[in-house]
Amino acid sequence: MPTPPRLAVFKFASCDGCQLQFLDTAEALAKIAAHVDILHFPEVRSLALDGPYDIGLVEGSISAEGDLERAREIRAACRFLVAIGACATAGGIQALRNWQDAAAWPAGLGASPSFVRSLARSTPLGDHVPIDFELRGCPIDAGQLLELLTAVVLGRRPRVPRESVCAECKATGTVCVAVAKGISCLGPVTQAGCGAICPAHDRECYGCYGPAAQPNVVSLTGWYGRRGSSPEDLARLVHSFNAWAPEFRDAGNPGPPPGGSP
Amino acid sequence: MTRSREVRLAPLTRVEGLGGVHIRLVDGRAELAEFAIYEPPRFFARLLRGRAVHEVPDIVARICGICPVAYQLTACGALEKALGIEVGPAIHRLRRLLACGEWIQSHALHVHLLHAPDFLGCESCFSFPAEHAGLLERGLRLKALGSRIITVLGGRAVHPVNVAVGGFHRAPSAVAINDLAAELDWGLHAALDTLRIVARFDFPPFEQTYEHVSLRAPVGYPLEDGRIVVSRDGRTMLDIPVEEHDQHFRETELPSSSAPASVLLPGDRPSLSGPLARINHCLDQLPPRSRRAADQSGITWPCRNIFHSIATRAIEIAAACEEGLAIARDCRADLTAARVDYEPRPAEACHATEAPRGLLYHRYRIGADGLIADAAIVPPTGRNQPQIGRDLQALLPGIATRDDATIATACERLIRSYDPCISCAAHFLDVRIDRPSGPGAATEFGSCWQSGR
Repeated sequence: MPTPPRLAVFKFASCDGCQLQFLDTAEALAKIAAHVDILHFPEVRSLALDGPYDIGLVEGSISAEGDLERAREIRAACRFLVAIGACATAGGIQALRNWQDAAAWPAGLGASPSFVRSLARSTPLGDHVPIDFELRGCPIDAGQLLELLTAVVLGRRPRVPRESVCAECKATGTVCVAVAKGISCLGPVTQAGCGAICPAHDRECYGCYGPAAQPNVVSLTGWYGRRGSSPEDLARLVHSFNAWAPEFRDAGNPGPPPGGSP
Repeated sequence: MTRSREVRLAPLTRVEGLGGVHIRLVDGRAELAEFAIYEPPRFFARLLRGRAVHEVPDIVARICGICPVAYQLTACGALEKALGIEVGPAIHRLRRLLACGEWIQSHALHVHLLHAPDFLGCESCFSFPAEHAGLLERGLRLKALGSRIITVLGGRAVHPVNVAVGGFHRAPSAVAINDLAAELDWGLHAALDTLRIVARFDFPPFEQTYEHVSLRAPVGYPLEDGRIVVSRDGRTMLDIPVEEHDQHFRETELPSSSAPASVLLPGDRPSLSGPLARINHCLDQLPPRSRRAADQSGITWPCRNIFHSIATRAIEIAAACEEGLAIARDCRADLTAARVDYEPRPAEACHATEAPRGLLYHRYRIGADGLIADAAIVPPTGRNQPQIGRDLQALLPGIATRDDATIATACERLIRSYDPCISCAAHFLDVRIDRPSGPGAATEFGSCWQSGR
């Protein structure tokens, strides 16, 4: 038996919801704990062992002074580094501040609070250090987390779908809300993985798994616009939890952003 | 000669979010005892501005991955008041069941996986002593029960997608709700089993005088509605409608914290919110079997020792299962209308609920354009932050002569008793931007979505 992979979990600016997927089911945790050594996971255990680690999972976005340094240290300590969740893969909903007049933020933030100095922008981990894999979602899916860890244990590439949410609607037999109900839905440009739960609940997909492979966002929103959705409503739809993902970033702007191009 | 030493511990472990402790002892006296919060703020107050009313439940969920339902239901309550709509008793009951699910999963996680190791001499739930090995499995099954309830009603356990202003996007299935009954019945018994274990843990003697804050409603245990009550030594000091919250509480900054602290007026007094405050206020309103278990637990009520909070959480798991069981059994048919329709209109309103960790207050103003013009949120850990500081001050004299590691561990255990949700506390900071006034100076966050800008 080879020694089990050594795992570490790290957190930056986030809600902790992705880390919580570790504890989703007793079965999942038992499987993880049986095949992986959890060496660093402050939210769950007090014992913290130093690296190097075989696999590092990072939740949260780079958003405060000191984060960059810590991200580099984490990169150096982890053989296989994975960004988990919308914050780590796209900057999270807190990246909406990236459209704000960047020069005005650090000064304002320095005045209040003085304890943590926020950066003008909230950005994904991969903007600063090379990452080996991304797990998408707000939050990530426990099944995909298990697949990722299984793949690492077996030494193969994780199998995570790259097609759009539409494929999951078809697979689950959910009637298309965009076609049948006239709802402006981001499913056609959003990566699968959630099980298409929003259309299954008679509502629009709001893109929490981020852009699917090669999405044509402008074409989709143009179509919704011609059908009657306002540019402002469509801009809000595209700009939520993955607003700073490159494919959603510019497509969500109804006009030139204030304070110049971000 | 003055002898001074500092004890620092960071990060705190087995808590949600990034925090630490900073102690300075001078001649055995605690000159400084800080619960430091260094979670980077995410500025939700700003990013809600300019968003549509229907987006608010989805956005505020992201403040906390452990208690998203509390954020969603508090926002819905406030926005429904602002819009002048009433969801009716059927939706109300399902929302209560949803909130019960969140209490079960959040409390089960804290009691069994995060807090119990403190009393069993181990560093985590992975190394429970053999005679308590079953705690991990029971905790995970209870947590899975809570997650299942949230999934049945909300579509998924973390950041549910089915909670809407006005009710639900799609009517939850009555059959699936009925099917929860068997596991809820197991959950009630499992929680009582856990209570029998945790109520006999070896608790440090630590009786404090608290100003308790919780909701109280005429009927039922405080959960998703009610008046705000403040008491001290069993005497009611304040009993106000939620609308008067801002006259009696204010938010202030602490030097060592990225989270605003909420204090009681006058005098900026600390207060205690959460399960201990709720049970002390509303013991009589626990459902009958949970009430009996509380009486038989060996804990004297009202209880003034925060270390007992692990037992109060176990009682509240039982109470949530007991009430959830009644709702699940009585659910006869799907909702005839999943939600009440509304038209956005300019208005302002507030609402408060009891999140697992305590009183959660939201206030929103809808502007003339029908979008959110202003938002304020006071999370439970912001409320408890000053009290945690005061408790640290009270704890230190008894342990000041001990070594650094012992002091740090004792402080961490005290803080963990509060089950602080540090992410919630830090993320609602509002940014004050100091800059000159004048045309174009006041670019509000969110303006990029407003037409023509």
